[in-house]
Amino acid sequence: MIELEGLTKHYGEKLAVNNLTFTVRPGIVTGFLGPNGAGKSTTMRMMLGLDNPSAGDVRIDGKHYAQLKDPLRYIGALLDAKAMHGGRSAYNHLLCLAQSNGIPRTRVVEVLDTVGLTPVARKKAKGFSLGMGQRLGIAGALLGDPRILMFDEPVNGLDPEGIHWIRNLMKSLAGQGRTVFVSSHLMSEMALTADHLVVIGQGHLLADTSMSDFIQQNSRSYVRLRSPQQERLLDVLHEAGITVVEAGNGTLEVDSGSPEQLGDLAAAHHLVLHELSPQQASLEEAFMQLTAESVEYHAHTDEPGVPPPVRLPPPPQQQGWGEGWDRTRNKGA
Amino acid sequence: MATTQVLRSEWTKIRSVASTVWTLGLAAVLTIALGVLISILSRNEFNNMNARDRLSFDPTFISFAGMSLGQLAMIVFGVLVVSNEYSTGMIRTSLAAVPQRGTFLFGKVAVATVLAFVVGLATSFIAFFLGQAVLGVHRAQIGDPGVLRAVIGGGLYMTLIAMFSMGVASMLRSPMLALGILMPFFFLISNILGNVSATKKIGRFLPDQAGSKIMQVVTPIDDDTPYGPWGGLGIMVIWVILALFFGYVLLKKRDA
Repeated sequence: MIELEGLTKHYGEKLAVNNLTFTVRPGIVTGFLGPNGAGKSTTMRMMLGLDNPSAGDVRIDGKHYAQLKDPLRYIGALLDAKAMHGGRSAYNHLLCLAQSNGIPRTRVVEVLDTVGLTPVARKKAKGFSLGMGQRLGIAGALLGDPRILMFDEPVNGLDPEGIHWIRNLMKSLAGQGRTVFVSSHLMSEMALTADHLVVIGQGHLLADTSMSDFIQQNSRSYVRLRSPQQERLLDVLHEAGITVVEAGNGTLEVDSGSPEQLGDLAAAHHLVLHELSPQQASLEEAFMQLTAESVEYHAHTDEPGVPPPVRLPPPPQQQGWGEGWDRTRNKGA
Repeated sequence: MATTQVLRSEWTKIRSVASTVWTLGLAAVLTIALGVLISILSRNEFNNMNARDRLSFDPTFISFAGMSLGQLAMIVFGVLVVSNEYSTGMIRTSLAAVPQRGTFLFGKVAVATVLAFVVGLATSFIAFFLGQAVLGVHRAQIGDPGVLRAVIGGGLYMTLIAMFSMGVASMLRSPMLALGILMPFFFLISNILGNVSATKKIGRFLPDQAGSKIMQVVTPIDDDTPYGPWGGLGIMVIWVILALFFGYVLLKKRDA
């Protein structure tokens, strides 16, 4: 278990991390999410005692990092894949880490095997690809067989096979009852691995919830309708006092109302439906809404805001598209 | 015991990078080769010397002349041992494994120092014996008064140069910056300050000028240095302690 209390970090005038309080619990994968520059890496460095907090406290199983005897046996971290001497072989890199924490040599051989680097164990790390470097970093994190694991952007720059491997590794580690804390700036990545979410933006805590609660609270859910008798369906919905939006391509979207209610209504009026489906906006959309105000570096595009990815880009000048965007924004605000 | 673990780990680190071998190797080769060369030149020059110079003739010290160049390789060794951690990003991995920064730094310095001493002492003895061999009739014997002290002192001098560089490197972190300051300082500036009469009085308190006194057996005639061989080495030790102390203080309070 990792507990943060009022964790704050200033760099001169700039506030990198502001008063973060949350707990990382065992047995689950906790995703640590935020746009670039949100303070994720700074927070993780403070957790490991590498950076000194300006205020506040981090405790690992109730202790400060520096108080841990042989810390690699408590907590294993992958901060930066290139945080190693390139001239040293993979085996020696792990060996010097193992020796500093009284971990036997046999364990070095074991973790090399776990991450699949045994064939290149005697090769210098500078010849490694990004993916191999990442694997070596992960081997270092696993070395002490720790109860807590921490990964900073582990899938960055990896090929699909590597990404898949890391996802499964994290899940199996959490499945063994370990605490897994993983940062990312990609919501889609978190959706596949994390059970719990901590979201920060510009150093502030924005959310600390389970993945499903997060989606519910932060995303828009609606029902999509398609009917060959669209005009009549619109009238019926208006009469029933249901607000409806024409989303283009002959689809209608209803924010309030369940699919059951809408289906019954259509049946009562003998209307044919080609589609009646509950929709949930993707996590990416929820994340964008949440961090919209706290993104440090905005890229300016001609598009106003972010189009919800659940919909295909509609043809230009399509009615209702702008409307839909507006509504999304209002809900998010 | 945590300290033993750190020492073992640092030994693995230092023996598993190529720079250790080539910096220490270069330090030994340069010191010995240049020492022999200058010993040969001095022997040939002896007959042309005046009486005064002959009285000051110090065969032991001459055989150590190569240290002016060899110490530069020792400086590179000391700097790289520490600053490699920073330039590669390894420092974050290292400090996550050993959060006691004092134990980490002094464990590293201890291992590197022992290694530098072994190489330095061997270099010093080889430079002495080869140097004396080519000096022929003008040679000194290892049993002569002060000679053994000077030869062991040569090893100590090289060790302390490496330690001083480790301290400076842990203050500056960047290998380029540390080398950019130390190399010209020990190769040029210190020599200039020590030879220009106006700055001589200050110059001889610099680490290398003071420390190299230990390798002198024959005191020059008009020498007015206010310290002896061990006093000089003591001054160098103070420099080393200061450099390592400030290196430690900065490491302790800085973000990694």
